[in-house]
Amino acid sequence: MTARIVILGGGTGGTLAANRLRRHYKAGEASIVVVDQDDRHVYQPGLLFVPFGLSDVDDIVRPRERQLRDGVEFVQSEIDHVDVEAHQVHLTRGDVLDYDVLVVATGARLTPEETVGLTGEGWMERVFTFYTPEGAGALAGALAAFDHGRLVVNVVDMPIKCPVAPLEFLFLADWYFTERGVRDQIQLVYATPLDGAFTKPIASRQLGGMLEERGIELVTEFNTGEVDGADGRLVGYDEREVPFDLAVVIPLHGGAAFVGRSPGLGDALDFVPTDERTLQSKVAPDIFVIGDAANIPASKAGSVTHFEGETLVGNVVRFLSGEPLEAGFDGHANCFIETGYHKALLIDFNYENEPMPGHYPAKVGLPLLKESRLNHLGKLLFQSVYWHSLLPGRDLPGLGSVMPTAGKQIAPTTTAPKEG
Amino acid sequence: MTTDTIAGSAVDRNEEGFFTDPTQWTEEMAPELARAEGIDALTDAHWTVIRFMRSEYFDKGTGPTVRMLGKTSGVSVKELYELFPKGPAKIAARIAGIPKPRGCI
Repeated sequence: MTARIVILGGGTGGTLAANRLRRHYKAGEASIVVVDQDDRHVYQPGLLFVPFGLSDVDDIVRPRERQLRDGVEFVQSEIDHVDVEAHQVHLTRGDVLDYDVLVVATGARLTPEETVGLTGEGWMERVFTFYTPEGAGALAGALAAFDHGRLVVNVVDMPIKCPVAPLEFLFLADWYFTERGVRDQIQLVYATPLDGAFTKPIASRQLGGMLEERGIELVTEFNTGEVDGADGRLVGYDEREVPFDLAVVIPLHGGAAFVGRSPGLGDALDFVPTDERTLQSKVAPDIFVIGDAANIPASKAGSVTHFEGETLVGNVVRFLSGEPLEAGFDGHANCFIETGYHKALLIDFNYENEPMPGHYPAKVGLPLLKESRLNHLGKLLFQSVYWHSLLPGRDLPGLGSVMPTAGKQIAPTTTAPKEG
Repeated sequence: MTTDTIAGSAVDRNEEGFFTDPTQWTEEMAPELARAEGIDALTDAHWTVIRFMRSEYFDKGTGPTVRMLGKTSGVSVKELYELFPKGPAKIAARIAGIPKPRGCI
């Protein structure tokens, strides 16, 4: 019998899952279909560089279908809904796909319309986001013309994709305006709902210190209730106000819209309830979730999705052959944080261990929680690794699924892994 | 971690004032915990949120964030801030005797 595997979403998670599964199963053993509403695969980490003229939107977008191996069918259609009971996906264009296993990989969706005023007056004129290709491109023009005043970066609420990106934007802005000789006429402000610069204590202190060194003002526990583009101010639910001349807002995120239209599939934010170790959904045993679409307590980031790949594919295969699943995913995340001046910082963490200083992946390796040129080169190199190794679903040397502890200044909580 | 006496019983709380063992909490403790957060009288609306926080915690393993509260508790985000001006999720979690909601990673 041919197993029918349907993968919703042709982004990072859907593509690498499809390619790994295709390599595992011979043609007659499984059919693999990937569904996406468009054929534009965006290298999302590249969006950060577009506003500063360091990258072009055209350079970070490629066709989705071309990233898929031979033998993976690509269907371009919006998804209307999933019928969990009937094991079927209903496409907007009319057809119905039956599945033996469904992989939800439809990521997170920006919902700027949920915040009062955000898409009103001033949107794309003095209020921007760099989380979309269109927004990042438009912001490049606004930044080029900005030479004095108050630039506020605001995260409306968590969860967001790549929680370090707003900080990177500020570090790069500090560098960009310094190079242009106008930094002393510009105030940089970070307004965040968190109680510090980042979610994890040690990294938060380090990153908070880096904001301070650069003269970037930090406004914490700020919950944006309204964006007033006409008057140039953010208004918090607690009635605090943050004035701005130019605002860069990271809008609220939710899961894909079809999740909300599929009875029983998602939570209140349209993310799919998922077991954080096996990546099987809590909705139905034949539904698995990879990447930002899951509600697990891991960062919504490409590295997490990559690290999930091995567990996800292993468990889909186990499920189809009636074997018990493995609780293999440890919450591993790994993020380069651009800090400007051709340098970057690297953090590496999982469910149990917060980012710590040391080296990655072992004692000889990239410095952790410390600015270095090597990390910046790593970040640049990663774009090529993404298209040529990560999406094809290859195991990357030094980027194993389980978080390494060998080079870190911690007492490992578990038995030390083999490497190093 | 510190041990305090609330409404006549010993409770363990972490350095941020969150209960480390939610089963130590009783309804009698809520008014005293609320006063410590600057809330003099608990209304029915406060209680709706407190009970909702606890049921979500025991159901899902973590208390809800403000945004989840606004979408699922029946109390809007604006009202939540009127009830708990210093930050609904955090303050309500302290009064409800549950750990800090871990919505944000």
